[in-house]
Amino acid sequence: MTASEKVFDTIVVGGGLVGSAIAWGLAREGEKVALLDEGDIALRASRGNFGLVWVQSKGRNMPEYARWTRKSADLWPGFAEELIEVSGVSPDYHKPGGLHLLLSEEEREETKALNERMSDYYGDLRPDTVMLDRKQVEEMLPGIGPDVIGGSWSPHDGHTSPLNLLRSLHMANAARGTHYVSDAKARKVMRDGSGNAVETDKGTFRAAKVILAAGHGNKPLGAQVGLELPLIPEKGQVLVTERTKPFIPMPLHVLRQTDEGTVLIGDSHEDTGFSTESVTSVFTDIARYAVRCLPKIAKLRVVRTWGAVRILTPDGSPIYDQSESHPGVFTINCHSGVTLAGAHALALAPQLAAGKLGPEFEAFSSRRFDNGTVHIAAH
Amino acid sequence: MAPSISRRIEEDAPTVTFTFEGQTIEAKKGDSVAAALTAAGVLDLRSSVVSGESRGIFCMMGACFECLMNIDGQPNRQACMTEVSEGLVVLRQQGSREVDL
Repeated sequence: MTASEKVFDTIVVGGGLVGSAIAWGLAREGEKVALLDEGDIALRASRGNFGLVWVQSKGRNMPEYARWTRKSADLWPGFAEELIEVSGVSPDYHKPGGLHLLLSEEEREETKALNERMSDYYGDLRPDTVMLDRKQVEEMLPGIGPDVIGGSWSPHDGHTSPLNLLRSLHMANAARGTHYVSDAKARKVMRDGSGNAVETDKGTFRAAKVILAAGHGNKPLGAQVGLELPLIPEKGQVLVTERTKPFIPMPLHVLRQTDEGTVLIGDSHEDTGFSTESVTSVFTDIARYAVRCLPKIAKLRVVRTWGAVRILTPDGSPIYDQSESHPGVFTINCHSGVTLAGAHALALAPQLAAGKLGPEFEAFSSRRFDNGTVHIAAH
Repeated sequence: MAPSISRRIEEDAPTVTFTFEGQTIEAKKGDSVAAALTAAGVLDLRSSVVSGESRGIFCMMGACFECLMNIDGQPNRQACMTEVSEGLVVLRQQGSREVDL
């Protein structure tokens, strides 16, 4: 019997951070999982990610998203620990809290109002986000520039290496018996008896459930099962400096120092279709802003830059939904595959294994875009 | 210095001299710092950030960042991507670069 004839409990379409986190979570629940991946030409937002596990500003338009993000950040430490144990690969996760530096009075007022609004969203979860003045920021982070007037700090923020996280998840999937298939771009999703089937470049796979976690690929696949998704491509560019001794003790919203010692500087939000082109004018703006935050980084050489296409919904919040015409087919769409990895593996996957999304996911349904009015995401 | 592991294919370029840890090294015009040091038998270019062990040339084409040295007072420079010039001051790099705040 070839792999494509095997019957799985669940097929996960998409081997990026979203798909591999869910696949591992399902395998952890005892499911037989097939993880179907595209080839090297995949857009692969996972490999262009900045690596923040960021809570303080997420879900500004949707309280459910704010709480879901917080839940993921709460799950992250245990998630990282278990991943290391199962895969032997560390995702280099750290949770020293995160700092959003404020460079103008206007930004300070906006951030203060946002923090107050979001504090209501969290309900009995304490948000703990605090507004800091310049002196308090300086104590946490020596070397800030003269333009920094204060900061917003959350103890729930952290950072990780997206590349190591992806590798760790793939190793953990292998350790749990997930059947991984590369170069298996999904072409068609269809009913198959009482279950579902996915036609790919590597044959047809059958399972009771299908989880679509294919990034922008979810749009054409979703259309086949009645899930119309208004996904928007959004380019982000990142600069990487030479390695140095650790000098940035916590992630900032626009830069972070990796375990290897490089400083990642980002990130832009560009509407340029599916282009991943690097653009000097954008890098200049990114670098200029980062230097205003921490002037000493101006001395560091930039050794690499990249652009990556990310997934964005019209209101910036994720879409989780089950198909009505194809029961058992779910669609998972989000901008923050890193931040939400903990929740995807440990909180969402058990529900998917049970075949049903709980009432807390109702707000995330794609039906919220049905009336044609969309709110433009604010970052 | 160890005996050289390599030899020059062409010897006809003009000579350029620079220093490595205070020692005078004779190179040929157009050599990279890494190539000139290799030809002179210098293999230990820096100490590893993680273990402190010796590190030297690997890819010789700017990709691997193994040959980082302090060149003319600037740390973390890729010796394989830096052309020798008269009087260049080259030092073995110890561990990782520090950023003074």
